[in-house]
Amino acid sequence: MTLTLAGVGYRYAGASRPSLLDVDLELPDGTVVGLVGPSEAGKTTLCLVASGLAPRTVGGQIRGRILLDGEDVDAWPMHRLSARIGIGFENPATQLSQVAGTVFEEVAFGPMNLGVSRDEVVERTWEAMATMRIVDLAERDPARLSGGQQQLVAMAGLLAMRPAHLVLDEPTAQLDPAGTRLVGEAIARLAAGGASILVAEQKTDLLAEVADRVVVISDGRILFAGPADETLADPRLVEAGVAEPAPVRLRRAAEAGGVDPARLVVPVDA
Amino acid sequence: MAGRVRLNDPHPARGLPDFLGRPGPTAVHRLNPLTKATLATVTAVAAVALGGLVGPILLVSVAVLVPAAVAHVLVRLLRTALLLALPIAVSAFLVNLFFFPGAERILLRLGPITASAEGLEFALQILVRILAISGAVTLFYLTTRPADLVVDLERRGISPRAAFVANASVQTVPAMVDRAAQITAAQRARGLDTEGSLWRRIRGILPIVGPVILGSIAEVEERTMALEARGFTRPGRRTLLWAPADAGIERLARWAMVAALVALIVSRVAGIWT
Repeated sequence: MTLTLAGVGYRYAGASRPSLLDVDLELPDGTVVGLVGPSEAGKTTLCLVASGLAPRTVGGQIRGRILLDGEDVDAWPMHRLSARIGIGFENPATQLSQVAGTVFEEVAFGPMNLGVSRDEVVERTWEAMATMRIVDLAERDPARLSGGQQQLVAMAGLLAMRPAHLVLDEPTAQLDPAGTRLVGEAIARLAAGGASILVAEQKTDLLAEVADRVVVISDGRILFAGPADETLADPRLVEAGVAEPAPVRLRRAAEAGGVDPARLVVPVDA
Repeated sequence: MAGRVRLNDPHPARGLPDFLGRPGPTAVHRLNPLTKATLATVTAVAAVALGGLVGPILLVSVAVLVPAAVAHVLVRLLRTALLLALPIAVSAFLVNLFFFPGAERILLRLGPITASAEGLEFALQILVRILAISGAVTLFYLTTRPADLVVDLERRGISPRAAFVANASVQTVPAMVDRAAQITAAQRARGLDTEGSLWRRIRGILPIVGPVILGSIAEVEERTMALEARGFTRPGRRTLLWAPADAGIERLARWAMVAALVALIVSRVAGIWT
């Protein structure tokens, strides 16, 4: 299963200029693609377009083609697309359904909407909660969880729909380091299980750990892209307004100070 | 299905959790949500339809205060219902007390305005009705989980969208209150004066109201997208995991309440009972 964006451009309704221009992107099975760029680069717009929410829900005009396994999804309604492509947003509070009294019901909300059998809803729900390590929260009221816990619940809700592709827009923006690590682990496990994941993320350290490829975007265009380790070490990254991962910064600082990076030793408990 | 995400986290086989649909702590909590909604609606309408003071007071005692005591929420109910009703109740009471048309039995003169016995009697009737309505609604929300009502309505064939709107509108209020508190704190941290004289308080409201409303509108858009992304707009029935119990006696009680209300309204309109 491959999600392909071919020559995609997008303009919001009423906007004077497009927010995306000629974007080509491919997400094959089991691949994590990181999306980075400065503010207003078009990351969120690309996530909305890749998930199908733009223009179906957001409005606006789209050019180019979006393909699922080679099939053009242009005429697909959102509910059909949502069973194949899941999207998670930055703000966990707005991703909660507001009709669930417990975390279990919140995670089950998506599969319940899909109309699958009750047994399957229950199975998917437990499975997704186990993946996100939130089984202990099953009985809690989702509205009374911390922001980090709510984000994990929201992601579990996406996973319970068993989409082939996941689009995550800044999923760790409101998470502490422990929550960020959990999300990173979940992304890696999902990719290992065959999902393709597009993740827009400011935390390049996280992308360095989980992404196979990284795409750098600015002004709605892809500036450059490539394997994660190469792209995240590319000097053009900083010029594009994106912070390098800590190891890259450390290596550069060592080189600038005349120290051989290979001889750097960082104490584990530092 | 090939290519779909198969989560590789081993976990023990589990069924439907016990806590879904766990019975409430008291007999009132355990009533079906529709029964409680019917009780609240019938009480509110009957309090208006009943004439005089004694009828509405008796009705409120039996249909609101006794159930609230049984549900151990009497104090919370009184506090919430009074707070809800206070702004309308006070203004309605004062207007009717001092401006009752054609009043003859004057109780008090304050310059050009007069308080009359007729006005006092009518104002008390209005007051009791307002308190009856707020009390009935408060009892419902203090003893019913919104999620239970949504499930029950869906089970009865009501569109999940309608059920969602009913629930979301209730939950929007506390969310807006929280947002307003956060924005107030943020604005005060930047020097906005929201205390002191009335004029200062009024001036302080403006920089808070704008962000609260605009933020809420933005949230609605995000929520809509999140719901779409989770298949909420899919046509056809959703899978329900459980539904609140609905005993035959409760169904009978609901019809009896509705029939009694209709009889009351007909008798009042026809002049059979004045």
